[in-house]
Amino acid sequence: MSQGILIWAEHLRGQVSEITFEMLGIGRQLADALKVPLVAAVAGEGVTSLANQLGMADKVLLVENPALTLAPAATQASVLHALFQQEQASLVLVGGTNVSLGVGTVLAIRTKLPYINFCKAARAEGDSIIATSQLFGGKILADTRLPNHRGILSVYPGAFPAEAGRRAGTPELIPAAVEIAPSPVKFEQFIEPETGDVDITQQEVLVAVGRGIQSQDNIPLAEELAAALGGAVCASRPVIDQGWLPLSRQVGKSGMTVKPRLYLALGISGAPEHWEGMQGSRLIVAVNTDPKAPIFDGAHFGTTVDALDLLPVLTEKIKARKG
Amino acid sequence: MKYYVLIKMVPDTVEELVIGPDGKSLDMEAVRPKLADSDEHAIEEALLLREKSGGEIAVVALDSPEVDEVLFTALAKGVNRAVKLTGDWGQLGSIGAAQVFAKFLASDGKLPPDAIVLLRSQAYDDLEGEIGPCLAEVLGVPFVGVVTRVAPADGKVTVTKEFSGGLRGEFTLPVPCVLGIQSAEKPPRYVPIAKVRAAQKTAKIEDVEGTVPEALQAYEVERMYLPEVAGRAQMLEGSVEEVADKMVEVLAQNSLL
Repeated sequence: MSQGILIWAEHLRGQVSEITFEMLGIGRQLADALKVPLVAAVAGEGVTSLANQLGMADKVLLVENPALTLAPAATQASVLHALFQQEQASLVLVGGTNVSLGVGTVLAIRTKLPYINFCKAARAEGDSIIATSQLFGGKILADTRLPNHRGILSVYPGAFPAEAGRRAGTPELIPAAVEIAPSPVKFEQFIEPETGDVDITQQEVLVAVGRGIQSQDNIPLAEELAAALGGAVCASRPVIDQGWLPLSRQVGKSGMTVKPRLYLALGISGAPEHWEGMQGSRLIVAVNTDPKAPIFDGAHFGTTVDALDLLPVLTEKIKARKG
Repeated sequence: MKYYVLIKMVPDTVEELVIGPDGKSLDMEAVRPKLADSDEHAIEEALLLREKSGGEIAVVALDSPEVDEVLFTALAKGVNRAVKLTGDWGQLGSIGAAQVFAKFLASDGKLPPDAIVLLRSQAYDDLEGEIGPCLAEVLGVPFVGVVTRVAPADGKVTVTKEFSGGLRGEFTLPVPCVLGIQSAEKPPRYVPIAKVRAAQKTAKIEDVEGTVPEALQAYEVERMYLPEVAGRAQMLEGSVEEVADKMVEVLAQNSLL
């Protein structure tokens, strides 16, 4: 029988991460359906002020310890494991983010509980939780059953609305002492984002290029279109990894989050990691020769003509229209 | 330094993915296997590290369809050893695979003191979790994931990890360790097919029998399916000219021109 849902609250540089509110939203739904408490745990430095933002939880466990800020996955998992046992929780939610990567996996090994990655939905069904994961860059969904409501879910960023997890009011705060062994992994410093020549987060129009642009020689075609539209060129991860554009132009999970008036995606499949960084764009137009590309599921307009054929024609027509 | 790069084949998502008759897994007949993207970067990072400060690189894979081609490609790029762990791995998840690799890397339970294990940060079919932290846990060594830069010095290694929004962090950890590579400092090098063919003639893949892991942690995939098409984009059809005209209209209607 289920005894409670435990959320590992993520924070970075003194700010509660969006993923934490997303987890609180889905966690609340599950807790209400199962009639069990929703417990959040926050560890690190200055956790009380962070905990005050977690009003959606029934109670918040506080582990005040500066050594836990940016601690490696194994150390975080140790704390989470101790709290999991203390609370006799059945279900644990962790963020499927770069910051929390590994925490749930290590906890799974130590508790022998099933760990479900890439979770974008979860519901209670009788004695089980059914978790839906998006695999293969969003092309396939998989439903996994967690018997007795027991398991660890890694919640995919952007899958649940963060707003559903925000609630004013102070939850019950409970300090928790957890002994941790000193970690051999030492955090040295932050490296600030490269500013580059263009701040893509400030652009109203972005022409985004992906793997489908095929070669660095084709980037100028996209730049001409961006110039005609008064915007800038950005890219998905494969293009940046090839060194065709600087890191400052990357949109997605590890890169920038952008919300332009127009996001024109050229040869981008729309994998969840990319979608995460541009889903807030007001108008999304996608060009991809694969009619099944996931980008078409979220874009407003789309076409399957080849981006390389379309680019020069479109640029000329826009120039003519603008005079 | 000894660099071990542990690689994995994944279905190429450029090809259409088909659900198998059981409704719970992919139709593997229809799958075209390819090397996981960030494993390609892990191999490159190992080559760059050896260029800077010497050492030896072993690329290790579980036996799976078309993995030989990938191992020969790695040999053609210049890795010192390519090892294939043979066995019936079926649909082994990350935790099971970590146990198999751990047995190979540390037969006496301990990694060599100068070993750095490099592998993908995450693959898009890692439903059971990331293999890097699993392996580090089994071996009892430290781990950092989402790494884009590796600099060894004095028995330690300094790495850069990506957070989000372009923010990164620098961490130092002792060797031996496991690093989840997101991308190498340079794009993965290209190797001509002729060199791969030459490697097939001159170099050798070492076949090593893998050890089947103990009881695996069970989880049950009930159903695998294609996403429902919700809020599908309005498609602009026609020739390139016609599509361009329609797109210009869309932009004009949205006051973007």
